[in-house]
Amino acid sequence: MLYGINEITGMTETYSIESKELTKKFGTFTAVDNITFQVNRGEIFGFLGANGAGKSTAIRMFCGLLTPSGGKARVAGFDVFTEREKIKQNIGYMSQRFSLYEDLTPIENIKFYGGIYGLSKQQIKKRTESLIDQLGLQKVRNTLVGSLPLGWKQKLAFSVALVHDPGIVFLDEPTGGVDPVTRREFWEMIYEAAKTGTTVFVTTHYMDEAEYCDRISIMVDGRIEALGTPAELKTQFDAITMEDVFLKLARPEH
Amino acid sequence: MILVRDIEKKYGDVVALKKTSFEIQKGEIFGLIGPDGAGKTTLIRILTTLILPDSGSSEVMGYDVVNDFKKLRSKIGYMPGKFSLYMDLTVEENLELFASIFGTTVEENYELIRDIYEQIEPFKKRRAGNLSGGMKQKLALSCAMIHRPEVIFLDEPTTGVDAVSRKEFWQMLKKLKAHGITILVSTPYMDEAGMCDRVALIQNGSIFTIAPPDQIVSDFGRHLYSIRASKRGDLIHDLRNYQFTHSVFIFGDSIHYTEKRKTTDIKALHQYLENKKYTEVEIEQIEPSIEDCFMELMK
Repeated sequence: MLYGINEITGMTETYSIESKELTKKFGTFTAVDNITFQVNRGEIFGFLGANGAGKSTAIRMFCGLLTPSGGKARVAGFDVFTEREKIKQNIGYMSQRFSLYEDLTPIENIKFYGGIYGLSKQQIKKRTESLIDQLGLQKVRNTLVGSLPLGWKQKLAFSVALVHDPGIVFLDEPTGGVDPVTRREFWEMIYEAAKTGTTVFVTTHYMDEAEYCDRISIMVDGRIEALGTPAELKTQFDAITMEDVFLKLARPEH
Repeated sequence: MILVRDIEKKYGDVVALKKTSFEIQKGEIFGLIGPDGAGKTTLIRILTTLILPDSGSSEVMGYDVVNDFKKLRSKIGYMPGKFSLYMDLTVEENLELFASIFGTTVEENYELIRDIYEQIEPFKKRRAGNLSGGMKQKLALSCAMIHRPEVIFLDEPTTGVDAVSRKEFWQMLKKLKAHGITILVSTPYMDEAGMCDRVALIQNGSIFTIAPPDQIVSDFGRHLYSIRASKRGDLIHDLRNYQFTHSVFIFGDSIHYTEKRKTTDIKALHQYLENKKYTEVEIEQIEPSIEDCFMELMK
């Protein structure tokens, strides 16, 4: 894992994401409004919010795809204003629309992404074998991805996002539409990745999945209105489930 | 209102829908619940006359979906998964277009969609492409209802929509039901089953069961326990290795557990976990959710 040195403290970064008053405006509309928070290394961080709350805009800034209008943020030790290319090289990303090549096999997909991230031939070989092994993809290693069931594709997409051993991986609604058993198997993979020190930044519309995170933030109208462990948030909002917390925040009139 | 007899559909070698038969009564909210690739869209497309079944027959409002497709199309409402709105027309223009296609006017049937449309009316001059997901969903429903259909087919109307908007959408469906409209709705969200009169649980082209949600729950057939303890991550593995375990699934902040044995020996389970050095062990019998039932049926 590559981490930069903080220019102010001269220390190795301890946070995977450090956001200070980060803001994005589109014309007169403020999509992300002064968000400040940190994500610890190895943490599973749930990034929640209603549609249109500003989650996607924030994620695009953290992934180096969009320049912020103001504030500061570092991701994997790199600055979101000046080191966007470095960020892209040092993070993993997976969305519900898996970026896999359907007419390639799992092995070929891993090799291809390994090449894109600049891994050496030897590294690619080693990484491919260990990923195929870890994910239990041996049986389908030479099957075209297009003919694999959704659950397998999802596991493969996750491993491809981790192919260059990034310090942090962004998962944007990774479990949408997946059956309940596969959804849980996927979360076990997330736990495994976090155990080995990978930071996981995840969005979801399944409120039970919010409970699986170490900490959660909830965005409302561009701002982070709640931040804490699931237990803390339930206490703070006097709620039994995370769904109640979410409802209270996103539609206070209810 | 809807009659399905031995409907079957293949795409090449892939069986999208195995032989399926069921009926839906007038005024029912019928949920088709299952993950992506289960066959939900295939079934809806057959019932809305958009694709032909390989075998079997089906009637909607007394019309055969194959032979009477022309008549049927003007009578049903359909909201496809990717909302069929014209993104470069405004909210108002979309609604007017759908009304005129079906030979009616917005005014004539406004009463039916008033509750839904009023929520997006402030934005009626905005292009549909610039609406949020929740607003698009409301407009698409208004458009599907503007010709006052007696039956509507909604294909995953709440997919990708946040928990709050999903709740609001189901409240709208309840109101349409009160107007006597029959609703067939598909969803991958198991927690929406409770809002339906009856549901079909579907995966890999076959329907496990069709019943009212509370009956599915009472048919679960096992005692279900919610377990909490320190060190949740390892708890799953240790419970899986317990000799009497039938199923172990993580569920929000606890773990759902069933035993192979008819009667669960709670004391023995407590003892097992305490021997494994868990503290704060809580074991509580709970009512299964539809998701518990779905996973049991998948076994």
